[in-house]
Amino acid sequence: MSHHIVEAQGLRYSYPDGTPALEDISLRVEHGEAVALVGENGAGKSTLLRHFTGCLFPAAGTLRIGGLPVAKEHLTEIRRAVGMVFQNPDDQLFMPTVFEDAAFGLLNLGVSEAQLEGKVMGALETVGAAHLRSRPPYRLSQGEKRAVSIAGVLVMQPDILVMDEPTSNLDPRSRRRLIELLKTFKHTRIIATHDLDFALEVCGRTIVIHKGRVTADGPTREVFGDEKILRLSNLEQPAALRKCPACGG
Amino acid sequence: MGQLAQNLTDIGYMDTLAAGFTRLHRLDPRAKLLTTALFIVAVVSFGKYEVSALLPFLLYPVYLAAQGRLPVGHLLKKVLLVSPFAVVVGIFNPFLDSGVLLRVGDFGVSGGWVSFASILLRFFLTVSAALLLLALTGMNSICEALLRLGVPKAFVVQLLFLNRYLFSLTAEAESMSRARALRSAGRGGMGFGVFIQILGHLLLKTLDRAERVYRAMLCRGFDGHIRVARFSNIGRPELLFCGAWTALFIVFRFVNLPVALGQAVTGLLK
Amino acid sequence: MHMADALLSPAVGGTMWTVSGGLLAYSAKKVREEADDRKVPLMGVLGAFIFAAQMINFTIPATGSSGHMGGGMILAILLGPWSAFLVMASVLTVQALFFADGGLLALGCNIFNLGFFTCFVAYPLIYKKIAGDGLDGRRIMLGSTLAGIAGLQLGAFGVVVQTLASGISELPFKTFVMLMQPIHLAIGLVEGLVTAGVVSFILKARPEILAAATERKPIGVSVKGALAGLTAAAVLTGAALSWFASANPDGLEWAMLRTSGKEELESGAKVHGLLASLQEKTSFLPDYGFKKAEVVHEPAAEEGGTQAAPEAGEQAPWPAVDAGTSVAGLVGGLLTLALAGLIGFALRRRNAAA
Repeated sequence: MSHHIVEAQGLRYSYPDGTPALEDISLRVEHGEAVALVGENGAGKSTLLRHFTGCLFPAAGTLRIGGLPVAKEHLTEIRRAVGMVFQNPDDQLFMPTVFEDAAFGLLNLGVSEAQLEGKVMGALETVGAAHLRSRPPYRLSQGEKRAVSIAGVLVMQPDILVMDEPTSNLDPRSRRRLIELLKTFKHTRIIATHDLDFALEVCGRTIVIHKGRVTADGPTREVFGDEKILRLSNLEQPAALRKCPACGG
Repeated sequence: MGQLAQNLTDIGYMDTLAAGFTRLHRLDPRAKLLTTALFIVAVVSFGKYEVSALLPFLLYPVYLAAQGRLPVGHLLKKVLLVSPFAVVVGIFNPFLDSGVLLRVGDFGVSGGWVSFASILLRFFLTVSAALLLLALTGMNSICEALLRLGVPKAFVVQLLFLNRYLFSLTAEAESMSRARALRSAGRGGMGFGVFIQILGHLLLKTLDRAERVYRAMLCRGFDGHIRVARFSNIGRPELLFCGAWTALFIVFRFVNLPVALGQAVTGLLK
Repeated sequence: MHMADALLSPAVGGTMWTVSGGLLAYSAKKVREEADDRKVPLMGVLGAFIFAAQMINFTIPATGSSGHMGGGMILAILLGPWSAFLVMASVLTVQALFFADGGLLALGCNIFNLGFFTCFVAYPLIYKKIAGDGLDGRRIMLGSTLAGIAGLQLGAFGVVVQTLASGISELPFKTFVMLMQPIHLAIGLVEGLVTAGVVSFILKARPEILAAATERKPIGVSVKGALAGLTAAAVLTGAALSWFASANPDGLEWAMLRTSGKEELESGAKVHGLLASLQEKTSFLPDYGFKKAEVVHEPAAEEGGTQAAPEAGEQAPWPAVDAGTSVAGLVGGLLTLALAGLIGFALRRRNAAA
C-alpha cells in the first residue's frame, strides 16, 4: 500500500516575489495516519498543502506522494490519489447543485452516467447530505457546505485526504458531527488547523510548522504538552490538556 | 445599502420560488422557455394602437402564477418597481399623437393615449412572463435548457458560474458598503474616492477567489471542459403545455376575442 | 438605458437577437480557441463582480443623484474583448431575468448596445490606441475615460435607432437624440472615471494583473471578416423579418403605412391614387389610416365597421374605427380582464384545495 504514503525531504519554496514560504520541510506520513498540521498564520501550512495537490511545485528538495514525485508529468495520478477539502467551501462548491458538484470530479474521471447516481449518492449519504442533492450550494448552512465539499472529494475515492481548516466557521454541533465523521475515515488524513481540541480528538500525530520549518513532530498529546513550542507558534494549549483551574488537578 | 440588501433577498427569494414542486415547476425547462419566447413575440407583434386584442394574453401569466402557486402580490410589486424606460419614453406619445382614434359616445381618445396604454400593457405582459419563467424554472434549469437548445457551452457555463457566485459577491459588496455606512457618522452617500476603494478591493477579492476556485477545480480533475449530467426529458406534459399554449396564442393573435365578446354582449343589449 | 420589450417591434428585436447571438457564438468560439482554462472560473466570478458592483452607488457631488459602474470597459481591459463580451452578455441576461431589466426580446438589443460597442469598438479603437500595451498610469486613465464615454454614446444612439425603427414610440428622431445623448454624456463620463479609478487602483495594488491582461493576444485580423459576416446576417434577418411584417399588417411596415395615411389626408386627392398603388404594393393592408377615424366617423354610422374596406375584402377592419366597435372593444376588454382574473382565482382555489 505504498501509494498512501506522503514523504517530503528538504522541501523548499519561495513566492515569485522572493518571500520564502517553506524552508527545509521534511516529513513522512504513513498509510492510514491522521496528522494535524499546526502553526501560526503565515507559517506555511497552506503553501505546504498546495504542494500536496500539485498546485505548487517544490523549488528544492523532493516531495513524493505514493512513491511518485510531485511534478507536471504525474499530476493526474497525484490529484487522483489526493483529495483536497478547501478552507472556504464557497471556493470549492462551484457547480449549480449539490448533486452536480459532487459529480464534478467523477465526470472528469470519465465515470459513466449509469454509475454516477449510485456513487454520488453514496458519498452524500456518508456525510449525511443526501437530502440536499438538488439544492444550490450557496443556500446551504456552513456545516452543510462543509459536508458537501467533503462528499465531492470522497466520491473520487482518494487515498489521502488533505483538509485546510475544516472546523472554521462551524457551529459547535456541526463541528462535533465533522469530528465524528473524520474519525470513521480510514484514509491517510493531513489536516491543517488552528483548532487544537479538534486535533487532539481526531489526529494521533501532530506536526508544528513555524516560519516554514518543522519545529515539532510527534504524538499529539506530547506535542501539545510542550508549552514553549506552542507559544512560539502563537498557539494555545487545548482546554482538555490544561489543568483544571478550580481543583488544580 | 438598503437597495443592495433588498436585491440580495430578492435574488434569494426568486431561487426559493424556483425550488417549488408544482407540475409547472417539474416541466422540462425547454418547454417553458420556448413557450415564453413565443408568448413575447406574439405580444410585441401587434400594431402600436392595439389594446383590446392584447388582453387575452393576460391568461398566460395568470395561469402560470396561479398554477405555479406563486405569490402574486410580490411579483406584481416587482413588475411595477422595475425602472420602466418604456414608460418614460412612452409617456411622450399622448403629447405627440393627438389625432382622435377611439370614440365612445361623444368622448374621443387620442391615438397617443391608446398607444401609451398599449406600451404599458406590453410592458406588463413581457416583464411578468420573464419573471414567471424564472420563478418557475430557476436560473440553473434555464441554463440547462439553453445548453440543450444549442447555445454555445462557453456562454452557458459562464451563466452558471455567474449565477453561482453573484450571491456570494453581492453579499460581500453589501457588507463592505454597510461597513462604510456604519463608520460614516451619518454623512449620507458614498464619495467617489471611497467608492473606487470599495470597488477596487472587491475586484481584488474577486480575482483571488477566481484563483482559488480554479485550484479547487484542478484538484478534482478539471481539464478545461465542464461536464454536465442532466436527466430531464420532453414527455407528454411538455408537449401538452407547448401545444395548448401555442394554439391559444395563435387564436389570441389572429382573433380579437374581446371585441367579438363585446359585440356579442352589446348586440344582446340592443 | 436598457431597451425594453414594450418599445420593440419583432423585426427589430429579432434582428438584434440574431446579431448578438452571432457575436456570442463567435466570441464563444474565440474564447475556446484561447484554451485558457483559468479563464473559466475567472470570467464567471468577474461576471458576478460586475453584477454586484453595479448595485453599489456613489453620490455625485452637488447634483443629488448617484452613479454606479457599468463595467463593460473594465471587463474588456482585464479579459480582452471576446471574453468580456461573453461576460457582459451573461450579466445582462441574468439582469433581464432577475430584475426584468428590459425584457427577453430586448436582450438582443441590450447585449449589442452595452456589450458590442464597448468591447469591439471603444476598447480596441480608443482604449487600446491610447493606453497601448504599456502600464503608463496616465495613458490608462485617459484611455479608459474616453473609451467609457464613447461606449455609452454609441450605446445610447443604439437605443434611439432601435426604438425609432420599431415605431412604437412617437418621439421624433431629433428630440430623442437630443434627449438621450447629453444624458449619456454624463453617464459615460461617470463610467469612464470609474473605470479609470478602478484600473489605476489595480495598477497600484497588483500591477501584475494588468500586465498579464495586456500580454494576451490582441484581436486577430479575422475581426473584419466576422463583422462583415455579421452585417450580412443582420441585413438578411432584418429584411426577412420586415418582409414578414409587411405580409402582416403590423410592426415595422405598419408605422410607415400610418405615416403615408396621414399624408394622404393632408395632400388631398391628387396623390391619392399614387399612394394607394404604393400601398397596395407594399402591403395588403387597406388604406384607412386610423387618423381618418374623425373624418369617416359620419358615414361609419350607416355602414358599420366596414366602410373603408373596398380593397380589404374579408379583412376585419381596425376594431376602433367607429363608435360601435370602440364600445364593443371596451366592453369586451373589461370582460376579458374579469375572466382572466376569475380563471386565476379558480386555479388558485383548486390548487389550495389539492
